[in-house]
Amino acid sequence: MLAAGAAAGLTLDGRRVLAGDTDAEFYSVPPVGNVHLLHITDVHAQLLPMRYREPHANLGVGAARGRPPHLVGEALLTRFGIPAGTRAAHAFTHLDFDAAARRYGKTGGFAHVATLVKRLRTERPGALLLDGGDTWQGSATALWTRGADMVEACLELGVDVMTGHWEFTYGADRVRELIDGPMRDRIAFVAQNIRTRDFDDEVFPGYVTRDCNGVRVAIIGQAFPYMPIANPRHLVPDWAFGIREESLQQTVETVRADGAQVVVLLSHNGMDVDLEMASRIAGLTAILGGHTHDGVPVAIEVANPGGKTLVTNGGSNGKFVGVLDLDVRDMQVRDYRYRLVPVFSDLLPPDAAMQSLVGRVRAPYRDRLAEPLAVTEGTLYRRGNFNGTFDQVIVDALMRVKDVPIAFSPGFRWGASLLAGDTITREDVMAQTAITYPAVTVTPMTGERIKAVLEDVADNLFHPHPYYQQGGDMVRVGGLTFSCEPRATVGQRIGDLRLGDKPLDPARTYPVAGWASVAEGATGEPIWDVVETYLRDRKVITPPKLNTPRLLGVDGDPGFSPPP
Amino acid sequence: MVRREFLLRGSGLLAALVAAGWLSPEAAAQEWNRAAFEAKSIKEALEALGAKDASAGADIVITAPEIAENGAVVPITVASRIAGTESIALLADKNPSALSGVFTFPVGTLPEVHTRVKLAETSNVHVLVRAGGKFAFATKEIKVTLGGCGG
Repeated sequence: MLAAGAAAGLTLDGRRVLAGDTDAEFYSVPPVGNVHLLHITDVHAQLLPMRYREPHANLGVGAARGRPPHLVGEALLTRFGIPAGTRAAHAFTHLDFDAAARRYGKTGGFAHVATLVKRLRTERPGALLLDGGDTWQGSATALWTRGADMVEACLELGVDVMTGHWEFTYGADRVRELIDGPMRDRIAFVAQNIRTRDFDDEVFPGYVTRDCNGVRVAIIGQAFPYMPIANPRHLVPDWAFGIREESLQQTVETVRADGAQVVVLLSHNGMDVDLEMASRIAGLTAILGGHTHDGVPVAIEVANPGGKTLVTNGGSNGKFVGVLDLDVRDMQVRDYRYRLVPVFSDLLPPDAAMQSLVGRVRAPYRDRLAEPLAVTEGTLYRRGNFNGTFDQVIVDALMRVKDVPIAFSPGFRWGASLLAGDTITREDVMAQTAITYPAVTVTPMTGERIKAVLEDVADNLFHPHPYYQQGGDMVRVGGLTFSCEPRATVGQRIGDLRLGDKPLDPARTYPVAGWASVAEGATGEPIWDVVETYLRDRKVITPPKLNTPRLLGVDGDPGFSPPP
Repeated sequence: MVRREFLLRGSGLLAALVAAGWLSPEAAAQEWNRAAFEAKSIKEALEALGAKDASAGADIVITAPEIAENGAVVPITVASRIAGTESIALLADKNPSALSGVFTFPVGTLPEVHTRVKLAETSNVHVLVRAGGKFAFATKEIKVTLGGCGG
């Protein structure tokens, strides 16, 4: 639904903004038009500035090969015209991570995000702030307050509309309590794709409409479609999710008929799903997306039967704020600018009110959070299609503490990074593990079953049709080595399974340690205690040997750039 | 001809009678197709249904999740926009018995079905429509996954 030529000037303008290294240059984001949408997503409860290493492996399959967001490192810089060795290059890639992170400092932090949001809003009266979800989970304090600290911070930040995913892991009742309590009449929670399991009724409003400088804007919510599969079903026993394309199309038609001139999908689908959806649904101005944590510097224009739809993905952990400016005249979008603005904590002074709020919500837990557990000698990070170093520490801990030969850890994409020489505190461990179903389990599994599990997860990541992907990354594996061919068909991707120098016996049963079971009633020590035991015992964590699969068919892939 | 008009005008009444068990619909009077329901493979089932030569049809709309929340009860809605639709059958490649169900439509009935199918594992689900004695089908993959690890 964009007028022809609306994209003109985007790349050049984006380059100029990204190239600057001083505060004034970097944060010069002049407004355009009359409708302004600010977008945060996948903050994962990171109230404080942190570091987040972008992936060096983000493989796209099928039509998605080498297409945004499946570009990493140099390929990403080239595609988006970002000069190497700059602040922007550090924000969007893993390149030279440790050194660049020391040079440019931490990113995110709600007090710094608040300063940026206030500046953007001052320049853009009437701007709406949209939160794509995964906001209430990912830290110790969010877990211990069951999301309350994040709701308070989002109210202070001035979030207008949100949708969700990990929010639901606090359980349906808690979600209701926060939405009907502190958020009532202040933050609208929208999700067109959550229905009651019995009568298919809406659980939340599917959309809200807001006025922005005289233009009617509809914001439709799309929650993560596969929450009851990827996370425990028993936490939301009465709700059904799904992509629900048909009802989305109907909703778009309803809001258009009702006078909406701009229709935005606030989505937690993940970017591949959003790109596919944008090609099939008519009438959406833009999809502001999250879930897959892709920091994509531009909006992708996608053609569909109704015209064109812009698709963005806003990164994660409070590291970015998306800014979509639209020039809407005579019911038409005449022009637009999109920028994904990185939040460099050193360049943005903290907002006093937010800083005081963050200090207050953390105060009761300060000593508990600061507890030192070990020192790391290498960079610890999680994000990437296969094992990151922090996950390697987790699977190493599971195998050592539970005395088993094989361990699995979920391929979550949240979790902050640490630099060589950093002390690992309890808070750092919680930033990798803070979930409401943390029990560590040891399960006897046959070799055949182990392969089936790996194939199943690989298909959720590498299915050629985006609607069959769940997001997340490959399960992290300790002990077991294997090969992986992402572009093979299901059942054929995983091979050459070995334990030490011996092939895995399909008929033999092996004890496998894991955590985050989605089954109801899983019991065991919480994962953070197991990791803590391991770290205290080790004291110094030498750079772990990464147990990544031998990859087949990825040579020269723009989505793959392992560090030397 | 007279009978056809009666059915068209009286389809609401007919449906009520069928629902109440007072009247068998036309097609239900046909013999239970034991061979089709006992078929282990799609090929066998199609043969038993007389639908070996079915062709892909664009006018069949399947609304179902891409990934099932629970493989034991997968909600599926099927609508046929093919004129003169007589029956709609649901088949799943990987189920021990390929044919999940056959729904027959007396003339004048809206050919739309909302039901739940049980899927043993990830499977292509085929919807087979009979209209004017000819068969057309549409297919959708429905994934049954172990779960976990998302996000």
